[in-house]
Amino acid sequence: MKQTATESAGLQGAQVGPKTQQRSISAMIAKFRELGLLAFILLLSVGVQLRNPSFLTWENISDIATNTAILSILAVGMMLVIITRGIDLSIGATLALSGMTAALTVSHYPELHPLLAVAVGVGIGLVCGMVLGFLVAWVNILPIIATLGMMNVFRGLTFETSGGKWVSAHQMPASFKAIATGSVFGINNLILIAILIYIVAYYFVSHTRTGRRIYAVGSNPDSAEISGIRTGRILWLVYTIMGGLSGLAGVLWVSKFASAQGDTASGYELSVIAACVLGGVSIAGGVGKISGIVLGSVLLGILNNALPMINVSPFWQMFIQGTIILIAVLVNALVKRGIDRNHLMRRKI
Amino acid sequence: MANSEYVLELKGITKIFPGVKALDDVYFKLKPGEIHALMGENGAGKSTFIKVITGVHSPEEGEMYLNGRKVEFRHPTDAQKAGIAAIYQHVTCYPDLSVTENIFMGHEKIQRGTRRIRWSEMHEEAGSLLKELGASFSPKTLMGALSVAEQQIVEIAKALSVDAKIIIMDEPTAALTKNESEELYRIAERLRDNGASIIFISHRFEDMYRLASKVTVFRDSRYIGTWNVDEISNSDLIIAMVGREISQLFPKKEADIGEELLRLEGLGKTGYFADVSFSLRRGEILGLTGLVGAGRTEVCQTLFGVERFDKGKVFFKGKELKVRSPRDAMEQGIGYLPEDRQKQGLVLQWGIGRNITLPTLSKFANKGMVNSRKELDVAKRLAEKVSVKAKSVFDLASSLSGGNQQKVVFAKLLTAELDVLILDEPTKGVDVGAKSAIYEMISDLACAGYGIILVSSEMPEIIGMCDRVAVMREGRVTAMLDRKGLTQEAILEASMDDTAPNTDGKRWAGA
Amino acid sequence: MEPRLLANKKDFTLKGFFLQWEWLLVVLIMAVFVMNANLSEYFMDYDNLRDATMGFLDKAFIVLPMVFIILMGDIDISVGSTVALSSVIMADLYNHGMPMEMAMVICLAVGTLCGWINGMLIVRFKELSAVIVTLATMIIYRGIAYILLEDQASGKFPKWFKFLAWDYVGSIPFILIAFVVVAVVFWILLHKTTFGRRVYAIGNNATASRYSGVQVDRIKIVVFTLAGLMAAVTAIFLTSRMGSTRPNIATGYELEVIAMVVLGGISTAGGKGRMIGAILAVFLIGFLRYGLGLVNVSAQMLLIILGLLLIFSVAIPQLKQRFATGRKK
Repeated sequence: MKQTATESAGLQGAQVGPKTQQRSISAMIAKFRELGLLAFILLLSVGVQLRNPSFLTWENISDIATNTAILSILAVGMMLVIITRGIDLSIGATLALSGMTAALTVSHYPELHPLLAVAVGVGIGLVCGMVLGFLVAWVNILPIIATLGMMNVFRGLTFETSGGKWVSAHQMPASFKAIATGSVFGINNLILIAILIYIVAYYFVSHTRTGRRIYAVGSNPDSAEISGIRTGRILWLVYTIMGGLSGLAGVLWVSKFASAQGDTASGYELSVIAACVLGGVSIAGGVGKISGIVLGSVLLGILNNALPMINVSPFWQMFIQGTIILIAVLVNALVKRGIDRNHLMRRKI
Repeated sequence: MANSEYVLELKGITKIFPGVKALDDVYFKLKPGEIHALMGENGAGKSTFIKVITGVHSPEEGEMYLNGRKVEFRHPTDAQKAGIAAIYQHVTCYPDLSVTENIFMGHEKIQRGTRRIRWSEMHEEAGSLLKELGASFSPKTLMGALSVAEQQIVEIAKALSVDAKIIIMDEPTAALTKNESEELYRIAERLRDNGASIIFISHRFEDMYRLASKVTVFRDSRYIGTWNVDEISNSDLIIAMVGREISQLFPKKEADIGEELLRLEGLGKTGYFADVSFSLRRGEILGLTGLVGAGRTEVCQTLFGVERFDKGKVFFKGKELKVRSPRDAMEQGIGYLPEDRQKQGLVLQWGIGRNITLPTLSKFANKGMVNSRKELDVAKRLAEKVSVKAKSVFDLASSLSGGNQQKVVFAKLLTAELDVLILDEPTKGVDVGAKSAIYEMISDLACAGYGIILVSSEMPEIIGMCDRVAVMREGRVTAMLDRKGLTQEAILEASMDDTAPNTDGKRWAGA
Repeated sequence: MEPRLLANKKDFTLKGFFLQWEWLLVVLIMAVFVMNANLSEYFMDYDNLRDATMGFLDKAFIVLPMVFIILMGDIDISVGSTVALSSVIMADLYNHGMPMEMAMVICLAVGTLCGWINGMLIVRFKELSAVIVTLATMIIYRGIAYILLEDQASGKFPKWFKFLAWDYVGSIPFILIAFVVVAVVFWILLHKTTFGRRVYAIGNNATASRYSGVQVDRIKIVVFTLAGLMAAVTAIFLTSRMGSTRPNIATGYELEVIAMVVLGGISTAGGKGRMIGAILAVFLIGFLRYGLGLVNVSAQMLLIILGLLLIFSVAIPQLKQRFATGRKK
């Protein structure tokens, strides 16, 4: 899952003509991004390790991995939304609402099978996403406005359903907490779930018709309409998927931290957006890869874990995150300008 | 099963957009295996007509028959399923996706059962389609990296890939050189020989004579008639398209040619144009022509400060000109009438008056406060001067016809004190009546001492109006013709002939 | 061709006059008054109403430039963070010995700078939308506030400063007078000057505006800078009213401000709407909030209502348009 369909699939396909260097320029920059991210991750790890030897311990690494898992699950959904030129600020609230509902459900019915609790959370998330999708796709509200409004509605609902109280560890049955803490073959469930989602998402975006049409809608909405793609349906689907993933993340979050609060994951959407733009998802739409956002999430996860370890005050975290988003989008924009300029230079006059 | 001698028949089609009748009771018949030219000037309704056939727009009135059976397309996919494919004038592509995906968008090859996209098969087929069309780029190239001509090939490949029975080509030759056009003709003929019917839209006569057996003409959104190509004379066809004889259309008066206003020396902008030099004098109308995409508009936009040039110099009234924005240019005395009046020329949601005064708003203001009395008086005077047909200066620009909108854009130029006017396709999408009014206006402006650069693709317009003509091809000026040497052949030669030694026709190799 | 005579006076129709969005807001405000007066006996009390006004007017200052921003088809979600940053810097400087007057000037300067940075980024990187730029700066500005103050509160302001938000001129709150003055300035700027006209032009068609010699970039920078300045004004009044400041002050203000602007009839597509609508919306939401507070509706419920209000005020014009075109088909 390292390349988009255009590069990976059918490398055995026909190679026509000598103009292959044309392809390699854009492809190289795209590849360079992933390598660059990877190199940066390695450098960062080594640097932190030199300052604090407890960084690269098995325990800490698995801690980073489980934290990154939830972030990257959300980043998959956010990538789809951003590809269609949208944005979703409501996912933190959706996550909280579905996490809270699932937690309340299991605290009332401790016998409930954990999978059913997951289903409850995902179901709530799907409904939230559908509502948003409806507002964006059919009522034609700008994504930023729709998600800003619904963010508050979902957040308010979270407080309302819980009556402002927390659901804490002792109210949750062990089976529920085991969703996130359990493991299969020694690998944490969260990581397995995340990897499963990457694989499914990768297959979806590069090997199915609907998946490719998400890119088409983001790349050129007008011609998507002319070629008969039902743009509204694609938009709706994208926000619904985002909602479903937020719901799932909500259950995992509550199970992992064994507590559900009204302000769970408040502001988390910003980390998710940061992971996406770091991973090369273009805010202008049409561009984004699973491999990119996974690396973006890993980088953010490492940063969040490493900063306290090298004695950076937690109060710096927000500033650092904002700066990362800003620099990442600016760099994306400059790289795009470079590519366009290259195309122009190659034109024969 | 009804059988018919026509694969496609449209009767009494009417399509209304808010404020405009884009098609008014239009007829069309297409026989199997026929190349049928659809002609008309810009804005005659050709593009809307195609979108009706392809299901993008549904008409208010009229019926459509496919092989004698009545059909109603509610959605572009309906038309696709019926075997209709269109190659649009403005290439409709997905710049972030590969060529293969662009070709197969909407009809991807899917594995049965798993619904998996069969990439290798698609790449292979795309590759062979491109090879067949003589293209030399890989199907995995990103669409955004291709030139316009190359993108056009992809559009054609797209139509081929659906195995369409009816193929519509909307101005496919507008941006192509001679060799490339020749290649396109060859492809069109091969498609016809394979049994497809082609609707070929163009306003170039040579396209029609070379290819079509039948021609249908639209004018001002109306159906004018259908003829066999060998039965109608050139002049009759012009009258059908233009509505009157061409000599009546151009009221060019002789203006006094004065001192030099503008001089370009070796102007260049990476990727768009290079080494462009010409000069303009007071009272002169300088034509700037060439194929679509030859760099004409780009040159004008750099003169007006919309874009920057990176090589060469411009002298204006003897001094070197430095403009960073349209506002700079207007302050110095250069005005520009943009090509796309709806997107670049007008605020459609505004009234006529506000549109007219926008460029020189400060003139009607005292310390930043707008004096609406004064503003409205000037707006009224100018709107009347260019004889805009409307009830009041508060009528919305969007409610006007194309011709009247263009008059409003002209009025905007008259508010400022300018010396040079750059008119980019001033008669595009304008009805005949307004057209001759606009020509008269241009001629009067030249007499009044403006220096005018007239950018146009319309041959008669260039020949009828200009004192001198610069012809561009692929970003360079290839000929400078004065009134004596100004013939259709000379312009075509300079704008299309890519067999000249300085180029090698590599862009579309294969022929 | 005979030149036609064009009218240059506008026809006045009574129907057109009353079919304006602003009347709906007036009716809604009256409805809020009637409803609240029925729900609570305290609502119609003059002193209570006056004090309520003082409670919600601080953020109203940001509404004024936000009208310009949304009219241009942009958005600024960093205003809440700008409030926090300028407030925190002001408090910090004062507590490090700077005179309060000077600290207030710096506060205004910081807000202005924040806005200017937004504007510059948006203009220089046109491929990025205002959404993503102000999203990033939203996090950065509040992030700086956290770095400066961590999770502390900062207060101990001089007495006169604390009175800014609570003071009266006669029996009229000072903040109300300040707001009215600033609102009139902004109203004139939008509706009577060349600047305002050009803002409308940009909102309707930025490209055509540029081709008509409107300096789109410069106007955008000015407008975003004004938003920063007004956020700093809000910061002063808010800090004064609260008596102290924290990095998390004014969280969620962007939502409220945008909701007020949109409810005021300013289209998110740009180019349509008037200042008076937004000002009416400020009072509508303010009194609604105050009334609901009196009958003990929870803060969370208010969040939900605010969110829904935002959605509905955007959805209604959209749906109206959709049904209007739908019927034609």
